[in-house]
Amino acid sequence: MTPDRPTASTEGAPPKISVDAVSKVFPVKDGEFVALDRVSLDIAENEFVTVVGPSGCGKSTLLNVLAGLEEPSGGRATVDGVEVDGPGPERGVIFQQYALFPWLTVRKNVEFGLRTAGVPARERAERADHFIRLVGLEQFADALPKTLSGGMKQRCAIARAYAVDPSILLMDEPFGALDALTRVRLQEQLLETWSQDRRTVVFITHDVDEAVFLANRVVVMAARPGRIQEVVDVDLPYPRTEDVRLSPEFGELRNRVWHAVYHQSTSLAQPSTTTA
Amino acid sequence: MTGVAVLPRRRAASGRQGAGGGRRMLVLNIVSVLFGIGVWWLLSATVENIPSPPAVAERGWELLADGTLEGDILASLTRVIAGFAIGTALAIPVGFLMGWYSTVRGLAEPYIQFFRTIPPLAIIPLAIVLMGIGETPKIFVIALAAFLVCVISAFQGVVDVDRTLINAARVLGAGDRTIFLRVVVPASTPFILVGMRVGLGSSWATLVAAELIAAQQGLGFRMQNAQVYYDLPTIFVGLITIGILGLVMDRILLFAERKLTSWQERR
Ligand SMILES: Nc1ncnc2c1ncn2[C@@H]1O[C@H](COP(=O)(O)OP(=O)(O)OP(=O)(O)O)[C@@H](O)[C@H]1O
Ligand SMILES: [Mg+2]
Repeated sequence: MTPDRPTASTEGAPPKISVDAVSKVFPVKDGEFVALDRVSLDIAENEFVTVVGPSGCGKSTLLNVLAGLEEPSGGRATVDGVEVDGPGPERGVIFQQYALFPWLTVRKNVEFGLRTAGVPARERAERADHFIRLVGLEQFADALPKTLSGGMKQRCAIARAYAVDPSILLMDEPFGALDALTRVRLQEQLLETWSQDRRTVVFITHDVDEAVFLANRVVVMAARPGRIQEVVDVDLPYPRTEDVRLSPEFGELRNRVWHAVYHQSTSLAQPSTTTA
Repeated sequence: MTGVAVLPRRRAASGRQGAGGGRRMLVLNIVSVLFGIGVWWLLSATVENIPSPPAVAERGWELLADGTLEGDILASLTRVIAGFAIGTALAIPVGFLMGWYSTVRGLAEPYIQFFRTIPPLAIIPLAIVLMGIGETPKIFVIALAAFLVCVISAFQGVVDVDRTLINAARVLGAGDRTIFLRVVVPASTPFILVGMRVGLGSSWATLVAAELIAAQQGLGFRMQNAQVYYDLPTIFVGLITIGILGLVMDRILLFAERKLTSWQERR
């Protein structure tokens, strides 16, 4: 059932992120719910990995384990060889619901992590300005989140995560709530920054096109229990342009991933809960 | 009493209308008040015993001129402000602690739930026996009334803080202390301010009743005294003063609420 342990495409180097037989079990009314069942995955430094799968297959749970917001029930996750134990500044997280502090302006939101890190006010302002400009929100630096559109809010959240300079970005369906055009723009922008600073990115999405367009590797998950179904390598060149998106190779990969996501729902076997 | 009466308008009022809409509302309000005074005047002309508006205004003027009304207002306001300040100053930390530490919640909840079911006025006899008839029992029941309302909203405010915001702060390196001060406190401010406004209304209601029972000065006392002499104009002056003061204090808090929570998304 569990596929062979998928390894990073860069041979030799130790993985940046290593997920080793991680399970997560939630207690529910009539027993337990297995959200993750012995998930194993290695992610190399500078890799861009996307995770797709049906709703409820444990994508967010996996990301929360990596973020240190959720403790695994079994197995372990390591970052740079150190076991994950709570959140850390080397891992930036971008949430689906933006999670901006509504009482703070864009600038203050971006500065939040720098303040907790004790960065002095002047440097804080400079760095915040830099990242606000990077995501193109300089005209809204002093605006409150309620006055921003969805895409602008997500850009602010991205700037806030970038500001603390994490080496890993964990993104949970960051563009899920955006319209198609804004989404494509943000995808391209994200790839552009990634190709410059080469962070390691774990990006969760519902959208198969998005998964293939962004990634070095697409991890397809299946539900009940949450597990890795298939890992698809994406050998498309960067920068990924519109041409790449329209190429037959892209279409082929897309079909493969789509098949892996779609096909599993017909081969559902296991019940979701086991009585304790 | 007055404070509570204007509460339901909060939502509607915060869905801001244009300046023109605001002016229209003001005109309507004034028309309505004038109409009410007209009805009162008519009533006083037909029904025996009801004093006319000029008679009440005249009595108000007399009471102001000899300093009685000022003295009463001062006595009442001092009590309500002291009680309200003590009540909310205790309620906010207790509510926060209850929301943040489940142990505190478990320990405090039975008492709060129990005392909530007892109208603060019912505590007055006990308070008088235990604390005498001075200012202490009055301020105590007023503080209790404000506390019980405000503690619940502070607690609710903390419990309702969006988990995602707390997680967002955690991944940005915030520890418990920072999360509390920079996420939980601002996120629960709207709840607390609403609780304070309701608490003020209930302080005010309790004040008048406390003065009806035992006082030498104050608006409630003045009305009680006037009742003995069938002095209806004085009773009217007392009622109108209480209403106006309550309204003014409520508006001040409403203004503070608008200022402090303008970041909220309007649904
Ligand atoms: N705290 C919890 N208690 C009980 N069950 C939970 C809890 N958190 C998550 N689950 C369950 O675990 C499963 C996986 O949840 P998760 O949020 O990881 O799914 P997901 O793949 O991110 O789904 P989506 O695409 O809809 O966001 C879901 O079925 C959910 O009901
Ligand atoms: Mg999810």
